[in-house]
This record gives sequence, structure tokens and C-alpha cells, in this order.
Amino acid sequence: MELFLSQVFNGLSVGSILLLVAIGLAFSFGLMGVINMAHGELIMVGAYSAYVMQSWLPTVIGDLGNDLYLPVALVLAFLMAALIGIVLERVLIRRLYGRPLDTLLATWGVSLFLQQAARSIFGAPNVQVVAPSWLRGGLEITSGLTLPYPRLFILALAITCLVGVYVYLFRTYRGRLIRAVMQDRQMAGALGVKTSQIDVSTFALASGLAGVAGCALALLGPIGPSLGTFYIVDAFLVVVLGGVGQLLGTVAAAVGIGVSTAAIEYQTSASLGKVLVFLLVILFLQWRPAGIIARRGR
Amino acid sequence: MGSNDSDRLLSSLTQGMNQRWSRRRILRAGAGVAMLPAFGGLLAACSDDEATAGADATTAAEGTAAAPTDASGDTIKVGILHSFSGTMAVSEVSVADAEKMAIDEINKAGGVLGKQLETVIEDGASDWPTFAEKAQKLISSDGVAVTFGCWTSASRKAVLPVYEGEKALLFYPVQYEGLESSPYIYYMGATTNQQIVPSIEYLLEEGKTKFFLLGSDYVFPRTANTIIKAQLEAAGAETVAEEYTPLGHTEYSTVISKIQAAQPDVVYNTLNGDSNVAFFKQLQAAGITAEDLTTLSVSVAEEEVRGIGADVMVGHLTAWNYYQTVDTPENETFVASFKAMFGEERVTADPHEAAYIGVKLWAMAVEKAGTTEVEAVKEAMAGLEYQAPEGLVTVSGENHHISKTVRIGQIREDGLIDSIWETPAPVEPDPYLETYEWATEFHRT
Repeated sequence: MELFLSQVFNGLSVGSILLLVAIGLAFSFGLMGVINMAHGELIMVGAYSAYVMQSWLPTVIGDLGNDLYLPVALVLAFLMAALIGIVLERVLIRRLYGRPLDTLLATWGVSLFLQQAARSIFGAPNVQVVAPSWLRGGLEITSGLTLPYPRLFILALAITCLVGVYVYLFRTYRGRLIRAVMQDRQMAGALGVKTSQIDVSTFALASGLAGVAGCALALLGPIGPSLGTFYIVDAFLVVVLGGVGQLLGTVAAAVGIGVSTAAIEYQTSASLGKVLVFLLVILFLQWRPAGIIARRGR
Repeated sequence: MGSNDSDRLLSSLTQGMNQRWSRRRILRAGAGVAMLPAFGGLLAACSDDEATAGADATTAAEGTAAAPTDASGDTIKVGILHSFSGTMAVSEVSVADAEKMAIDEINKAGGVLGKQLETVIEDGASDWPTFAEKAQKLISSDGVAVTFGCWTSASRKAVLPVYEGEKALLFYPVQYEGLESSPYIYYMGATTNQQIVPSIEYLLEEGKTKFFLLGSDYVFPRTANTIIKAQLEAAGAETVAEEYTPLGHTEYSTVISKIQAAQPDVVYNTLNGDSNVAFFKQLQAAGITAEDLTTLSVSVAEEEVRGIGADVMVGHLTAWNYYQTVDTPENETFVASFKAMFGEERVTADPHEAAYIGVKLWAMAVEKAGTTEVEAVKEAMAGLEYQAPEGLVTVSGENHHISKTVRIGQIREDGLIDSIWETPAPVEPDPYLETYEWATEFHRT
């Protein structure tokens, strides 16, 4: 029973990690149609932000920095990744709208460039981020069931990002403009919306969210130049399965993949689990090519 | 690095097909991206190729600077072949550093046969076919007398036919799964009977009987675990589970649940690379410390501990032949010069030391033979003894491995590793486990 509950929690935790890495992509790929292969490297930028803050903040405000670096790093990660996103959009992606295959290859090149840049700046070996003291250990439900604080933190962060994104998109003026441009670029432009400005701010938001994901994942995973490659495929998988352009679909796909991974992996093995989950996703997409939630045709 | 290269790459990409924007196309392309890993490491392979293009600019620059048209008799060319880009760069860059240091020391002491060594560096880019290609280049067009290189078994297996075909020498610096003995490769790292087999003996002596085998899903862990299972069965101990995760796997919550359910005495860890970071961080997050559960790792050394975090690793066990803390006068000098050359914050680990031994042994053999000619050097290598940082090592002329002291280590709070148990004398290499009765299935036929 405890084992079952802990696997349910693990499933949700995996789902929240997937959601966090995919939510930025749900914007850039889902809403804007940009296949951004450098999304993983924006996650990496976030992880390195955590590392930089962890080393720098204690030198400024003393021991308090060891506890506070994470929230500060989350902000820095968002800003750094968003900044790179803005440059990327202005310099490269803007010239490639409507050419998905070219975008794919070009952003792939960018991802290799960013990886080698990280290797030059921080060195090839991994760097370490130590979880702040308030995130060590776990919440003990029963003696056999402990919910690790880092996983609870990531779960909460994923939900926060989701709610934030929802409010921004559906409850603010700017969000409405974004939706308008993504639904009908020409019409929105004709009505006076500065579409290119919307593009860059949407892409910046997407990149910033990737940075936040990276910062949080530094608590559970490796921080090295090739970190992005571990998450990029899962992120695309979630967005495609969820249905391109559908926030709710992304959530459903992330939780679905997370829970089924935990269940299948427990019954089989990690390698086989991955294969079976891929197989299920392929079968599902054969049945519903547009994903869990399909955008209604116009 | 070559920003021109990347500019060119980008501009050539932007001139691609100008296609109409359609939803179906995005979907299909996106699904394609998501499905890539299903078709093997296609993505990784391509990315490595492109990384090579970029990295070559740097290595080529170094290469040409250090390599005039011909070794006109004043210098001897030696090759270094490691991954300086791609996923393996994380480990191989610092091994190459140790090799450069050894070459530097030899040159400062007057070189070999009165000639200075001239280093030609090539980037294998974490891509096995590239390794084979660069090995060929080092031998044929640079005419190196010897190559120091490779890390993964896959890269070694890729270059093996090249070195055997060209009858050229390769010194390989990393512990590996054994069951190999090429006449043109010298193995400076431990084979199984110098690392894995004694570490299992140690755990059995400690009274551990239930083993959980956890490894990355590729040749080294699978071969190692086959050997371990045979050894455990012969000793009457139990393998409670055998788990493999894909290389680069970062989600260990389910594996940890399985460990909790199986209640093993020890987790024998052959995970490789970044997966170790995820595994140990998540193990700690789940509230499991070294006091609750013994783990013994064979691919985690000082350098890796630095990347994982010493606070996460403290108390866990490792099996190697060398630690930075080994107390010999040779090691004191080795550590001091390494830090002086590459920075005070750097650490030395087993593969670094093995790489260093390789260069030194080759130089000694050349001095002894009086020539760099391969067959003469091989003859000189047999039985060669060297007082290495880890202690005395002796080259086996028969199987090209070296005898090594085996040490079980425990990770300290500062990230260094203390040796808590060691073999009384260097262990003779036995790559095919021919001296072990339980291992008949691995013997050379």
C-alpha cells in the first residue's frame, strides 16, 4: 500500500517535472509553431544560473545566501533564459517563421553552440548545486512513505507556473493579444496589434519558463553542458501528445506520461519502460493524430 | 571557438526550402522530433558530427601549431585522442590533461632518446566512428609513434581494428569490463579482476549477501553484472534485482522505490556519467543515506564526486586502484604538479593517474628499446616496472595489462576518498578471469 502510494506520488512528481520542462515549449512550439531545438539549452542556462547564484550570493549577504539563493536564482534563471530567447528570436527565428524544418535545423545549431559555450565558460565537468537546508529531507507520511521536499517543491513550482501562465493568457489584456496573434496573425495585425512585438515577448516568456525549469531541476539532476539533451525529447513528446497549442492538453499529457512511466517502469525496467511509453504515445497519436485535446478546425 | 563555422552553418540552414506553413506539417515535424530516440542515437550521432565540425577548428589550430611537416629527427610525435566535445568531454578532457602533464614532465627532463615529444591532439567528439577516423589520421598522416586515448569501451572497440591493422600502439587509460587483450593496445586501467571481483570479495567478507545490481544500459555494466552474478552465485550470495537505465537517464524515483521494496544489503552501482548525479541526489532526497544503505560505485571517482556534490555522496563506497589521498611519495609529487599545472581546485582521480602511467611507461620502454619502433617497444614493455603514484605497477607482456593494487574507498565530506581496505600486494591482471573457477564461461577458448 505504501509502495503503491509512493509510486503514485512518483508518477505525479515525474509528471510535474515533465510539465515544467514542457510548459515553455507549449508556448514556443504549441502557440507560435517554432520548433525550438535549443529549448533544452535554455533549461541548461537556468541550471547554471542556480549554480552561479549559489556561489555568488553567500559572498554578498553571508550565510543567509545559502538559504536564499534558490528563489533569487529562479528569477535570474527566468531573466537570463528570456534574454537569450529575445536575442534568438530577433536574430534568427524571426527570419524563419513559416519554415519549420529550417527553424528546426537552425535552432539545433544554436543548441550545439550554447553547449560548447557552457563548456568553455564553466568547464566540461559537471558542477554541483547543493539543495538549500529547507529543501533537504522529506515529509514523512508514514514510516515507509516519505515525500522528498525537492520533489514537493518542483510539484508546487509546476503548479505555480501553470496558474501564472493561465492567468496571463486568459485574464490579461496582453494575453488576449497573444492569443489573437496566434489564432490569426493577419487579422490581428490589421486591427493594430504589433505582431512582431507579441512574437518576441511570447518567445521570451517561453524561454524564461525553460530557465525556471532548469533552475528547479538542478535540485534533482546533473548540471553540465549536455543537460538540455536529457529533457528536450520528453518536452516535445509532452507537447505533441497533449495537442499542439493546448495548455490543458500539455498538463494532461505530462501527468499521463508521468504516471504511466512510474507504473510501467515499476512493473518492467527503466529501459523497457521508456520503450513502452513511447509505443503507447505512438499508438495514441495513430488514434488521435492531433493529440489529447485537438484544436477545433476553423 | 570557430564562430565562422557556426555562422556558415546557420546561413546555409536558412537557405533551406521555403515551405508553406501548415498545421499538419508542424505536427508531423514535432512528432518526428519526439520520436527521434526511438530510432537509436540518431540525434546524438548527428549532433556529434556537427560538434566535430566546430571543435575541429580549435584542435586543428593546436595541431598545426604543434605539428610541422615532418618529424625531422629532432622530435618524436605522440598522439592524444580524446573527446573534447560532446557528452564524454566531461570525463576525457581532464584525462588528456594528465597525459599532457606527463609529456611535459618528460620533455623538461630532456625528452625521450634525447628528443623532445611533440603532441598532436585530436578530438574524438564522443562519436565512435570519429574516433576511428582520427586514429587513422594520427597514424597515417601525422605518423605518431604512439597514441594515448579513448575512454568508453565503445570508442576503444571502434579504434581497435585501426591499431591492429596499422600495427600501431594505443595506451588506454580507463578501467573497463575485461575480456579483451589486443596485441597493440596497452590497458592502464583495471580489468575486472583488479576492481570488480575484489570489491565483491570485500563486500562478501563484510557479510553482505543480498545484492541489488544497478547499471547504465550498455556494454560495460551488462558485462560486469554477468561476471558479478556468476561470482555471487558461486559464493552463495543472492542477486535480488538487476536494473538497467538508459544512458543519460535522470529520473530515479521508481528505481529507488524498487530498492526500498527489495531491501538489499548493498546496491552495486555501475551507472555511468550524469545518471550518477541524478541517482545520488534523489537517493538523498528520499531520505536514504550511506548509513541506511551501502552502495559501492565503480564509475564514481573524485572528479565525479565534485560534480555530484560531496554532501550527497558522503559515506558511500567506491572501488578503484588510486585515490588522491593515497600515501606514497610519488603521489605527493603527482598531485602537487597536477594542481600547479591546472589549478588548486582540481582533483586527481584513478583515470588521470592511469593515463599518466601510460605515458611514463611508454617513454621508459622507448628508452629501453632505444627506438620508437613498435615491435621493439612491445618487447621492452614486457615486465617493465614503474613506481607509480598508486604504488608499484608491472607490465604483463602476455596480456598487456599492468598489475595494480585494489582499494575500496569511502567518500569524505570534502569530496576526497579515503582508502578503507586494500589488497596487500598489486593484483596480477587476468582479463579473461582464467584463474577463477567460477568464471569458466568467460575463459578464452
